[in-house]
Amino acid sequence: MATKASKSAARLMMAPAVTLLLGWMLVPLTMTLYFSFADYRPLRATFEPWIGFDNYVRFTSSSSFWDAVTTTLVMVGSILAITVVLGILLALLLDKPIFGQGIVRILIISPFFVMPTVSALVWKNMMMDPVNGVFSHVSRFLGATPHDFLTQTPLFSIILIVSWQWLPFATLILLTAIQSLDGEQLEAAEMDGAPPLKRFWHIILPHLARAITIVILIQTIFLLAIFAEIFVTTQGSFGTRTLTYLVFQRVLESQNVGLGSAGGIIAVILANIIALFLMRAVGKNLDA
Amino acid sequence: MARAVSTRTRFAWTALAWTIAFLMFFPILWTVLTSFKTEAEAIASPPSVVAFDWTLENYGVVQERSDYMRYLWNSIIIAGGSTLLGIAVAIPAAWAMAFVPGRFTRDILMWMLSTKMLPAVGVLYPIYLICIELGVLDNRAALVVILMLINLPIIVWMLYTYFKEIPGEILEAARMDGANLRSEILYVLTPMAIPGIASTILLNFILAWNEAFWTLNLTSVDAAPLTAFIASYSSPEGLFFAKLSAASTMAIAPILILGWFSQKQLVRGLTFGAVK
Amino acid sequence: MRQKTASLVTTALAVCTAGTAFADAHATTVTIATVNNGDMIRMQGLTDDFNEKHPDITLEWVTLEENILRQRVTQDIATNGGQFDVLTIGMYETPIWAAQGWLVPLDDLGEDYDADDIIPAMRAGLSYEGTLYAAPFYGESSMVMYRTDLFDEAGLEMPREPTWEQIAEFARTLTDKDAEQYGICLRGKAGWGENMAFITTVANSFGARWFDEEWNAQLDSPEWLEAVTFYNDLMADAGPPGAATNGFNENLALFQQGKCGMWIDATVAASFVTNPNDSEVADSVGFALAPDTGRGKRANWLWAWALAVPSGSDATDAAKQFIAWATSKDYLELVASTEGWSNVPPGSRTSLYKNPEYAQVPFAEMTLESINLADPGNPTVDQVPYVGIQYVAIPEWQGIGTSAGQEFSNMLAGQQTPEEALARAQELVNEEMEAAGYR
Repeated sequence: MATKASKSAARLMMAPAVTLLLGWMLVPLTMTLYFSFADYRPLRATFEPWIGFDNYVRFTSSSSFWDAVTTTLVMVGSILAITVVLGILLALLLDKPIFGQGIVRILIISPFFVMPTVSALVWKNMMMDPVNGVFSHVSRFLGATPHDFLTQTPLFSIILIVSWQWLPFATLILLTAIQSLDGEQLEAAEMDGAPPLKRFWHIILPHLARAITIVILIQTIFLLAIFAEIFVTTQGSFGTRTLTYLVFQRVLESQNVGLGSAGGIIAVILANIIALFLMRAVGKNLDA
Repeated sequence: MARAVSTRTRFAWTALAWTIAFLMFFPILWTVLTSFKTEAEAIASPPSVVAFDWTLENYGVVQERSDYMRYLWNSIIIAGGSTLLGIAVAIPAAWAMAFVPGRFTRDILMWMLSTKMLPAVGVLYPIYLICIELGVLDNRAALVVILMLINLPIIVWMLYTYFKEIPGEILEAARMDGANLRSEILYVLTPMAIPGIASTILLNFILAWNEAFWTLNLTSVDAAPLTAFIASYSSPEGLFFAKLSAASTMAIAPILILGWFSQKQLVRGLTFGAVK
Repeated sequence: MRQKTASLVTTALAVCTAGTAFADAHATTVTIATVNNGDMIRMQGLTDDFNEKHPDITLEWVTLEENILRQRVTQDIATNGGQFDVLTIGMYETPIWAAQGWLVPLDDLGEDYDADDIIPAMRAGLSYEGTLYAAPFYGESSMVMYRTDLFDEAGLEMPREPTWEQIAEFARTLTDKDAEQYGICLRGKAGWGENMAFITTVANSFGARWFDEEWNAQLDSPEWLEAVTFYNDLMADAGPPGAATNGFNENLALFQQGKCGMWIDATVAASFVTNPNDSEVADSVGFALAPDTGRGKRANWLWAWALAVPSGSDATDAAKQFIAWATSKDYLELVASTEGWSNVPPGSRTSLYKNPEYAQVPFAEMTLESINLADPGNPTVDQVPYVGIQYVAIPEWQGIGTSAGQEFSNMLAGQQTPEEALARAQELVNEEMEAAGYR
């Protein structure tokens, strides 16, 4: 159905979106690239346009760099695992006949609407605070010593907060996918006497594969950029410094724009490697 | 799934679902409750759940210090403007990708998504300098454009997957009837895609509303939205749990309520092509 | 530099095209960037008085949490963004930014301003080459605040000039973790203005220093180890849970709730902890000088939150008028008349401490004495090449202080020993100084 005319029309129609995004990508990226080869420290009024790869060498050779990469991978990986696994379970549950389904669903998706800063503040002060937090009240009530979340299990705490925010999103997408499942197929399997676990494994899970890859792709994009949750809770202490946070510290706390820009470029490259990997998987799924 | 389910099973599932729903919602509920306590009650141990003297005092204090409506209005303009602008740019692009797929369509789509990998902190200086040069710091229009660009890939993708589900025959039939491209999009495609567009709008409105990096770093007074509002209440001096709760409630209430009411529309299109 | 950026930008694609540049439509609007501290919020509430006196000037407030404020203000001034007309900055930033020519001199704040009345230590700290560049809104040192009721109960007596040894003993005696009673609350939250401010003063009093005269980091010295180990042990035995995330504000809340036996922190906190509206322990707070070890330096710092005008402001005169109002003697009177003398912003003017009514305030004398004891030009036992007591007045300090602060915060959370924290801090400080061209 694609005639020549419609092809050129199509190109024209894509032009605004493509041009805008190209500009959005290229302009800041070019400037960041330019800064990354410069000794640019505004607080010293230093600007030397070319110092070669010094910034890159410094950024990658500092001991914080690999720690930050590891932290990022652990954090993103754990959040993905938690939200996908719990998301599937929750979606299965919401698919069951339950009373007040509408309200249950509303309550479950609510965390998704909370802005990251607020959710971090709420969790830090109202939930996890070792003196005044709800968790500490509960453990005192149970006769236990309150657990000090942010210093004893800092990475886990942030993972918990972010998972809480993203679980609704995963649940919703997976729920729609489950609901699109052919009921007859499932019933047939049930007739054949396939136990629930087997049914899940052989029918439901393959059906969800596509939804799962999409959840992973979209969440990864947002999770690599996690910032507010760390800024509010630990400010990068206790081994919670991700690559994004490290770049933030270089650019804004140390005001070393050159060094931070080099870090930014490295972060873009690493993120795109991950993205390429993920998109291959999703792209394949999209064609199917 | 029209099978008969025993009432007992149904109750069991219901109990489980409600428990989980309550746990998920609890942090928000607790914040809202705390916002009606006095500072002393907010730190009482053990805390009282509902049997305290409900007070609106915290809201009064917060409102007196910062003009809530101004921040709210900016949030609405910025989130709404960027979403609508994004939709306007994305609909033609998504249409073209869905109905006139070329060799590179998929690559373009994936490339668009990859632009979201740009870490915001890494490009803060460039963007800040550009905005100074153009004189658009603390400017709502600038934020509308920036947030539009940030969310554009998601918008295009959502619309694309939604358009792809519309059968091509309908378009061909319209074309037979002599519809040109414009009327094809306006009168045939768009009405069919309205549910998908609606959920795209909702999701991106939420994402733009909650965006807290650019909206905080590029604004000061005129364009400051609720993300900046909350930044003046995080970790102040002294006892602050109740006031922080009030400010938090004020920051999230509008979007939460919108989300509740439009939940059905939001969910309907939120598939990203995951459902075949 | 600006030229280069400009040409780069203009040749580049315009991204923010949609905006329309508004020139000076707000000629008499003064945009004030400030911290969400109690005294600043009070000032915001008292602007009616300013508006009455200056009907032609409109004030716009950007009130932010301290970390975000610093980041926003620094970013804006470093790029000459011109977002703000009045900045709330500290003693650390003022001389550095003034040296760059980023601040407007404040030597002409009006005839009745009486700049000579500013406490000399504050004035010196906020000047560059003899010219005042930021006017102190309030000033502070640090001191010991303690619970007189708990001390009486336990039969302890706080000397006027305690030593660290005594403090440690008191703290351990007063601790009853089951009753949520902690002997001492100290800063642990990472940040150059948070835990590093405090830890640096401890180090100073133990005879340690950040750098020797050739800018070699000295964190591997035995004095540092002694100081940091002391701090770490004390907090483990007598500190509250989660101390590694407690900054000034968190500790203030804990003290006000009656959970801390002692708290060593900013002198301005005295007015909060003795305010019966906010504090459950308002009636039973005593004050003492910051501790020492007998090696010649006490662990008290010097700081001022001050108001400055960036040179990129388009409302310099109006901004100066505002600053003259907010840091005047009249403003102190104004606060006193509406909120009482104990809530007056302290530590900025000599005349305040000569006022017989203010002398009634329980912490007035101790505050002034602490401030007068602090000497930023001569902060350590051994000679150092830098100025600043709880900070090192070089542009790299923010980065260094915060990174090192994270190591000490990790230590307090039990993730590493004092030796490890110091070794890592030493390494990263040297690394940073080398890159900055000091060595």
